[in-house]
Amino acid sequence: MSTTTSPPTPTESVEPPNGTKSLVRGTLPRWASWGALGAAAVLAGLIVRLLGFGVTPFVLSTAVLYAIGISGWSRWVEGGRKATDRAFTALVASAFLLALTPLVSVVVTVISRGLDRFDGQFFTYSMRGVVGDGGGAYHAIMGTLITSGLATLMSVPIGLATAIYLVEYGHGRLSRAITFFVDVMTGIPSIVAGLFAYALFALVFGPGTVNGFAGAVALSVLMIPIVVRSSEEMLKIVPDDLREAAFALGTPKWKVIVRVVLPTAVAGISTGVTLAIARVVGETAPLLIATGATGSTNFNPFSGQMATLSVFSYYEYASPGVPVDPSLDRAWTAALTLMLIVMVLNLVARSISLLFAPKAGR
Amino acid sequence: MSNTGQGAATARRVRKRPADQAFRGITTGAGVLILVVLAGVAAFLLIEAWPSFVAPAEEIPGEGGLVLYIWPLVFGTLLASVLALVIAAPLAVLIALFITHYAPRKLAQFLGYVVDLLAAVPSIIYGLWGFTVLAPATRGPAEWLHEYLGFVPLFAGPPSTTGRTMFTTALVLAVMILPIVTAVIREAFLQTPKLHEEASLALGATRLEMIRMAVLPFGSSSIISGSMLGLGRALGETMAVAIVLSASGGVTFNLISSGNPATIAANIALEFPESSGVAIDTLIASGLVLFAITLVVNMIARAVINRRTDFSGAS
Repeated sequence: MSTTTSPPTPTESVEPPNGTKSLVRGTLPRWASWGALGAAAVLAGLIVRLLGFGVTPFVLSTAVLYAIGISGWSRWVEGGRKATDRAFTALVASAFLLALTPLVSVVVTVISRGLDRFDGQFFTYSMRGVVGDGGGAYHAIMGTLITSGLATLMSVPIGLATAIYLVEYGHGRLSRAITFFVDVMTGIPSIVAGLFAYALFALVFGPGTVNGFAGAVALSVLMIPIVVRSSEEMLKIVPDDLREAAFALGTPKWKVIVRVVLPTAVAGISTGVTLAIARVVGETAPLLIATGATGSTNFNPFSGQMATLSVFSYYEYASPGVPVDPSLDRAWTAALTLMLIVMVLNLVARSISLLFAPKAGR
Repeated sequence: MSNTGQGAATARRVRKRPADQAFRGITTGAGVLILVVLAGVAAFLLIEAWPSFVAPAEEIPGEGGLVLYIWPLVFGTLLASVLALVIAAPLAVLIALFITHYAPRKLAQFLGYVVDLLAAVPSIIYGLWGFTVLAPATRGPAEWLHEYLGFVPLFAGPPSTTGRTMFTTALVLAVMILPIVTAVIREAFLQTPKLHEEASLALGATRLEMIRMAVLPFGSSSIISGSMLGLGRALGETMAVAIVLSASGGVTFNLISSGNPATIAANIALEFPESSGVAIDTLIASGLVLFAITLVVNMIARAVINRRTDFSGAS
């Protein structure tokens, strides 16, 4: 395990006949990267300690020192190509850690700030007549459930039917156009969907019509393309053997789709739908415009403004009460609740696809 | 159901089952409905925005006319999104490489899941985080940039005291689009033909050389399309920008001062609840412009993706 200067053992056995130069270059010992990392950390710690900086410069200088150290060492022992390779590995790993930092910071901040008001009152009280301390987001949670629920009720049938059309019927220009525009629709900015719902309801029901249903329409504009794409993928992987077997028994096509294709794909489709709900449940901008906000509980999506969790969080932050802190606490707790809902929906989606996936023999 | 048919007539009558016809009609109708909705988005926005096109310039907010109102917003939107993309795209490529070719297989699967999860975190949460954590943290670096790189117009300063600058906004947007860009690129890198990779390794290539020769050429179009999708997300991002950016209008490349151009989406979210009359029509007109920009960006992205599936050498 001698490190560098003496040539490693395999070199001696393949010594070239003329005895000038080895055919095999040396390699760094197995512990080289960890050792170099430790050395870089110690060195960076010393520098940072001497100059009196914080954690961020320490991590940064560790990464830089490690990259320089390991590639220099490797260039000496292993040659230029391996050295470049090792430097790139260091770059890739540090890029990954660098990207992880803000994401971890987001999660930690939301949890630590949100836990202050994560209590019973938050989930059972509305903001009706609340000034300053106390109050809760019961009305907003209900509003979020109602708008997302309505959006799901509208999006799933339309999205699923379109996916069935694309997979089972569509071959011509219409299906290509639909595929293309569904892809384009995935990229509609959420605020534009909100403006669309606002404009639609303003034209149909008179200007300034803002209610929960308009929000649900905006959300389904965002949700339909996601449902179409995921259901389409799932229907495509249903084996043709199943369809042909059913056709051979004389089953009509619609019955083959409803009784054979859909049940086979149901796990994947539910996963896709759950993920689509998770995508829209946290949307703020369209609801801000189409659904509005209120302090009291409103169960009727067809009349009056309706509070939703994300908009509630935004307004508690944007226009806080006179002691600012209770409002900000509520904003963070609403954000935490929203994040928990999204996480749970994601976990549910994963479990559905794990538990109910058809056993595919591969 | 009732007319399943018997005997020789079956073959002819199968095609005319009413239930089949109805089912086909329903599914086709749903597909057409989507096209109608997309056309409706454009049409309704156009109808509602129309009054602002014909209104005299004095009635538009800012009293300078529609073009003068929207142009700085378009500039701010493009500046923030392009900056975010410049930061996020190289990182996304490296992260995708880490997940697909460097991390151990078990860890890679878990990391892929975490990336998907982060793509689903609501934007309001990134906004609150950017305002509370990131904005104060950028004050120090911004002052440093101003002191040593102040001759570059981007860092002309004077540095904002709140940190709610274009610089911070671009960073928040970069963090937000990172998961989606990474996810697209990762998918493509995973599909790199194993034989190409193994062949180049067998010829003695190091891992970096293998990536340069086999993985990147295969995934290059996905890098472009993923970046375009990320750009589309950043262009339309509303709440995070509305919360983080303290906008004062105007057109400037100065990233770290307290005077920043607003973005279209954030401007709509901030102004809409308090607007009425022509002001609302003007906001809808700006939304129409945003819709057009994202439409173009997404169409380019999709065109690139479709070309890849047509011509890629993957089996």
